[in-house]
This record gives sequence, C-alpha cells and structure tokens, in this order.
Amino acid sequence: MHGQDFFGLTFVLLAASLVAVPLAKKLGLGSVLGYLVAGIAVGPFVLNLVGAEGEHIMHFAEFGVVLMLFLIGLELDPQKLWRLRRGILGLGGAQVLVTAVLIAAAAMLAGTAWRPAVAAGLALALSSTAIVLQTLSEKGWLRLDAGQNAFSVLLFQDVAVIPILALLPLLIDPALKEAVVAAETPLSELPSWSKPLAVVAAMSLVVVLGRFLVSPVLRIIARTRLHELSLAAALVLVVGIALLMDRVGLSPALGTFLAGVVLAGSEYRHELEANIEPFKGLLLGVFFVAVGASLDLDLVAGSPLTVGGMLLVLVGVKLLVLAILGRVFGLRRDQNLMFTLCLAQGGEFAFVLLSFAVQQRVMAAADAALLIVTVTLSMALTPLLLLFYERVLQPRVGTHRTDDRPSDTVESHADVIIVGFGHFGSALGRLLRTAGHCPTVLDHDSDRVELLRKLGLTVYFGDATRVEVLRAAGAEQAGILVLALDNPEAQLHLVRLAQEHFPQATIVARAGGWVHAHELMEAGVDHVFRESLDSAMRMGAETLRLLGLRGNRAYRLSRQFRRRDEAMLRDLLAHRHDQEYLSRAREHIQDLESLMQAEQTDDLNADAGWDPGPLRRAARQDGEKPD
Amino acid sequence: MHRSVLIVFAHPSLKKSRTGRILAESASGLDGVVIHDLYESYPEGDVDVERERELLLAHDIVILQHPFYWYSIPPLLKEWIDLVLGFGWAYGPGGDALRDKSLLSALTCGGGLEAYTRKGQNRYTVREFLAPVEQTGRLCGMEWLGPFVVHGTLKLTETEIRQHAVDYRRLIEALRDDRFDAGRAAKLTHINADVDAVIRED
Ligand SMILES: Cc1cc2nc3c(=O)[nH]c(=O)nc-3n(C[C@H](O)[C@H](O)[C@H](O)COP(=O)(O)O)c2cc1C
Repeated sequence: MHGQDFFGLTFVLLAASLVAVPLAKKLGLGSVLGYLVAGIAVGPFVLNLVGAEGEHIMHFAEFGVVLMLFLIGLELDPQKLWRLRRGILGLGGAQVLVTAVLIAAAAMLAGTAWRPAVAAGLALALSSTAIVLQTLSEKGWLRLDAGQNAFSVLLFQDVAVIPILALLPLLIDPALKEAVVAAETPLSELPSWSKPLAVVAAMSLVVVLGRFLVSPVLRIIARTRLHELSLAAALVLVVGIALLMDRVGLSPALGTFLAGVVLAGSEYRHELEANIEPFKGLLLGVFFVAVGASLDLDLVAGSPLTVGGMLLVLVGVKLLVLAILGRVFGLRRDQNLMFTLCLAQGGEFAFVLLSFAVQQRVMAAADAALLIVTVTLSMALTPLLLLFYERVLQPRVGTHRTDDRPSDTVESHADVIIVGFGHFGSALGRLLRTAGHCPTVLDHDSDRVELLRKLGLTVYFGDATRVEVLRAAGAEQAGILVLALDNPEAQLHLVRLAQEHFPQATIVARAGGWVHAHELMEAGVDHVFRESLDSAMRMGAETLRLLGLRGNRAYRLSRQFRRRDEAMLRDLLAHRHDQEYLSRAREHIQDLESLMQAEQTDDLNADAGWDPGPLRRAARQDGEKPD
Repeated sequence: MHRSVLIVFAHPSLKKSRTGRILAESASGLDGVVIHDLYESYPEGDVDVERERELLLAHDIVILQHPFYWYSIPPLLKEWIDLVLGFGWAYGPGGDALRDKSLLSALTCGGGLEAYTRKGQNRYTVREFLAPVEQTGRLCGMEWLGPFVVHGTLKLTETEIRQHAVDYRRLIEALRDDRFDAGRAAKLTHINADVDAVIRED
C-alpha cells in the first residue's frame, strides 16, 4: 500500500465513522451498527471509496479484537476466571456443540453434502466477540448475569477455534479434491508429535513472562517518566504475544487474553489499560467499518431469498439453542432474554474458518461467499435485536437488579479511589481497609509502588493526572475520589479533571495551607482537609498536658479550636479576593484566640456544665440544686 | 393545636441495632417531628451546647430515645444533659428555657416486663429506674409523660418489633396533634402497655 493510499484510506474510514457513529448513537442504535453502516456506505457498492481493500483492512483491524481480549484479561484475575468455569465449559461447550449440529442438519436438509455442512455448522456456531463485548460494555451490561454468561460463552468459542481449525482438513470433499494446497501454518514443518509441545511451551512462556519479566521492565521504563515509552512498551508486549501465538498456530486473541489475566494483579494494570484502550477503540471501530465495507451487496441482491432464508435459519437456531441453554443454566427470564439476543449472530471467526475451508477444498467458494454474507448480515442484526429487547421486551418482563450478588464480575471496581499513596494517603487507605473497603490506589512513583506492594498493599502504578488512567482505575463508577497528592497544582488539576469527566464522584481533597484550601473550596470541593492541622492540634494538646493541663481538657480544647478554625476558614473564603484579605485573616486569628481565652475564664465556655462554680455560689445563697 | 416534637436519639452502635433503628425509622419523615442523632452529630463526643439549646427552644415535646444500658442512659446522652441543661438556662435563677415543655423517654431494653417487677431479677420497674430523668425534667419545669418501653428486645421477632414501631409512630402523632391523654398514661407501667387507651381519637 502506498503512503498516499494509506492516508486516503485512513481518512475515509475514520471520517465515515465520525459521521455515522454519532448518528447511530443518537438513534439509540449503538456504535456498532453505526460503524457497519459507515462501512457499507464507503464500500464498493455505494460510494466505492475503499475499493477492494475492505478485506485487507479487516485482517489488519482484527487486531482490535486481540487488544480487546487483552483488556478483558486485565480485568479478570485467575480467581475470577476460575469462578466462571461452569459458564465457560458447560454453557460455552454446550452452545457450540448443539448449535453446530443443528446448523449442519439444516444445511443437509437443504441438500448440502455432510462434509461442507459440518464445516458450516462449526464455523457458524461461533458468535462475534467484537460485537457482543463492545455492545455489552457500551450498555453497561457486562456485569449483569447475562453479560457474565455471554462472556463465558465467547471465551469458550475463542478456544474452540483451535480444534476446529485442526478438524477442517479432515473434512475434504472428494468432489473438490484436486491439488489441496498444504496449509501454510508455521508449525507444519515440525513433526506432528511436537506440535502440542510447542503450544504448551508458548502458553507457559506467556505466563512466565507475564509473572516475572513484565513488571520489572515496566518499572524501569516508568522511571524514565517518558509517557511515550510506556505506550511503546504496552504495544510491544501485546504485539509480541500475538506474533508468538501466530507462530504456534494459536489464536492471538487467546494469547493476549492469557497475558492479561496473568497481569491482572500487577501494579501496572491500570497503566496498561489506559495505554491500550485508545488503540483498541480505534481499531475495533475500523474493524467494524471493514466488515461493513466487505459486505457483498450484489450477492444479496442476486439471491435475496437464499440469503434471507439462511439468515433466518442461522439466527433462529442460535436463538433457540441459547434460550434453552440459558434456562438450563438457571438464568432468570429477563437475563436469559438479554443473553439469548446478544449472542444470536455469526462472528469474525466464521470469516477465517470459511476461507480456510475453501482453501482446504472442504467447501465451494460460492457457498462460502453466501455464508459470509449471511454472517455479516447477522452481525448487523444484533444491535437491532438488542434495541428490540430494550424498547419492547424489557419493559414487559422488567429488569431485576442483580446488586445482591457477590461481585464476581468481569469488571467490578472499588467504589473509592485514592490518588497519591505517600505517608498521608497510605495512612488513610489503611483506615478505610479496616472498615472493610478496598480502595483502588494509584501512585506515580514506581519505586514507592514496589515498596508498598512488598508490604502487602494493593497499589497500582499510574499517573493519575491523566484521564485515561483514572478511567482505567474505574473513576467512572467510583463514588468517592480521595485526592491525597502533596502537590497543590496537581491537586487542583485533578479536581478540574474529575469534575469534568467523573461528575458523579464526591471529591475529598487534601490541602496544604489556607491558600491552597481556599483554592480547592473555590473550585467547588466540599470536603477539604488541611494536611497538618490535625497533627498540630494533637501535638498541641500533648504539649498542654506537659504544661500541666488534664488530658480531657487539653484534648477538648484542641478539638474546639480546630472546629472554630475550620469555620473561620470557611468565613474567610468570601473575602478571598478582597484587598484586605490578609488583614482580615489576621483579625480573625486574633479574635479566635481572645474569644477562646475569655471562654476559659468565664462561664460561657462549652464545658461550663461541668463547672460547679455557679452552683457553689448559688448554694451559698441557698439554691435549689439537687445535692 | 399542633406541637412540635424533638427526638433526641442516642445509640452508640446503630449498626448492630435492631429495635432502636426500626423505631427511629418509623418515626422519621413525620411532619413536625425532628430526629436528632447525637452519636452521628458528635462523632468526637463534644456536644455543641449552643446548637442544642436552639433545637430545644424550637420544640414543645422532647423525647429521649435510647437503648437501656446498665439501667440508665448511654454516656453521650448523659453528657448532653450535663452540658446543655445548664444552670441559669434550664434551671436555677433565670433558668426557665424549658418550662412547660413535655418530656418522655423511649427506650428499648433487653429484659422482659416480668424481670422489671418487685419479684423479678431487676427488682424495680423501668419507670422507677428512670426517676433521675423524670426529676431532671421536673427541675427544669417540664411535664413528665412517662416511658415508652420495648421490653425483651433480645427475643423479639422482626414482626413484633414492627408492631412496636407502629405503636411508637402512633404515639408520636398523637403527641404532636395533642390527642395524648397524660392522665391515663401516668397510671400505666409504661405508656405503650395500652397504646389505645392513651390516644384519643378525634
Ligand atoms: C452495655 C449494655 C448494657 C445493657 N444493659 C441493660 C440493662 O441494664 N437492662 C436491660 O434490660 N438490657 C440491657 N442491655 C440490653 C440492651 O438494652 C438491648 O440490647 C437494646 O435495647 C437492644 O436495642 P437495639 O436493637 O436498638 O440495640 C444492655 C446492653 C448493652 C450493650
């Protein structure tokens, strides 16, 4: 591809998405349909702006799916994955098997020979990871029961691709036999007994690298404080694993998913997420556009009945199988509907498997083309089915909230995020933990993060002044953001960022002195705490004790003083921009002191009720006090 | 005539509370009734005397709601009494801020009714144990209306607690709307021994 072509193509793809996606979202159709329609529009049958490049782009952009699975892996540590085992093996396995058998049977009923029928069944049994996960996370359904189970099924399908690829060559149609091109997989020169070994070795390599090498390397890179280097490192990691998987004939998506799971517990998790996320989003969008652009509309127009019938069978069989299995696996009615409708389509794996089947002479090219068109249409149908669910079905069956479940979710986030984990933040964080909260903690000092992790605290590396990092840490769902950095400018910057991007979160902020506290209050933060006030008060109280005051009195006095001082700070806020701000502040300070001094000596102070002086005086004049 | 009600609520461990919490919930949201949660307002224990006095001045009826601890009130409520009901304000020369207001206790206690009898384990009734509270009110010129007592909280079922909560709510509404028969209430061991008897329906 020439440079100019490349830029032209990039421009067309992105510009088309810029027009179509906001439009689709406005109509409530979700981004996926927007991208697909954009693709059809720029494709060879409408505007013809991308020519025959559609398929190439698709292969390239499939990398978006790989990135997506890496990100999902990062959200799923091994324990969570283990909890999903029933869904993955049971539900996923049953879905693939039953769907494949039924579709193959339908194909044979329509007169296809059994071998290509089986191949079609296997290829079409798989759903579209890209579409389903994108749509579910867009709607926030990934954490629901339906989302969890859909995810499990997709995960099983990703694994199932490997044996299916191995199986297809056994289905060679004798009628198409002549000159089978030996499949060019990199392992084909290896003796067959060693292939499983290579696979196991590659997977182990990913696990070992993820466990022992990635974090130290990222730490070294983090010390350079060059953001583009960590970006490069994240990409090198993912691309490297994809290449490795490709060499041993495994799905790159599966490999990066595995790496993600291994790295889920690492302190660089949120940083990696923040770095990969934009690439994933962009590539996935391009992928959907490419799918749209490669839709062969001539074929649809040429045999509308055949295509329509096949689409009906594909979606119908899937709906039936999914609905029954969802029931068997105990999904509630509303969740089962959601689960069923979101998985009822063919997926991107079908494209790969079908072209492989043609290449292996399992299936005639014309049949495969028909199937590919059907799959593409079924992908475009999904957002519509889900829209139907939202608008028509959901209001009837009602949704039941699933909040009461323990959070074995794909992406559950802590409701508190602490930014800055020095002396201040870590003391605060430990307090929250004693009350059973698990705050997500971010710090941008890689050495400190390493140290704290050695002490057993869950801390993530990340520069929290970047929106993407905060987002990856779950700031969009967080109820509370605790800002505990020691740098006033960074604190203010963070406040603005949070107010703009995460308005739902309550901000609790550490401040330096008066001026900084005022700046934060003026920015609209209600919970501002001067970092040294409390310890100064405690130290003052102890000093008073050393001077002879009783403990209770010294501490009560210090607490009163602190409350008044905070009230005064709030009063002064109104005069912050006055000329006489300083002189006013000085006045206030003097007033506070003399007021409290006076209170100590006369009967007006807050603890006067414990002072028997007035009672004694009254008793001398024969009072009425209980005695 | 409508009278405003202030519930001074003192429970040091609301998180583990069953009875007190449900009673408080059932009293909340009523027109003309304010619930003031002492342990929530003063986490450091320092009662803000000025604010408390303003609250008291603004209401006609004061209910002290608390769990019964060692035959008495929880410590913060005692501190509240010590500091807020000051000499020269609530009693003593010029101390008439609370004169002609009404006072009652609402408490939950572990022991059953029979334990709080002469022959029972605790030898005195709850009304008797509350003599200090009653007399504190009297000294300040307040009318003592008696105790609302939920006995045997440790064995109550959820349904029984809810029934007490309904009684509590009805009582508060009656107090507010001046449908409370103080004369009858004075003859009962505790106000809620016969809620229907002390509430006039009109
Ligand atoms: C420190 C303490 C002292 C208590 N003393 C008494 C008591 O003297 N008499 C009694 O009947 N119950 C006593 N109890 C039981 C409480 O009154 C009972 O647990 C409470 O009223 C239940 O209400 P709740 O569910 O709102 O906490 C005591 C409980 C505690 C924790």
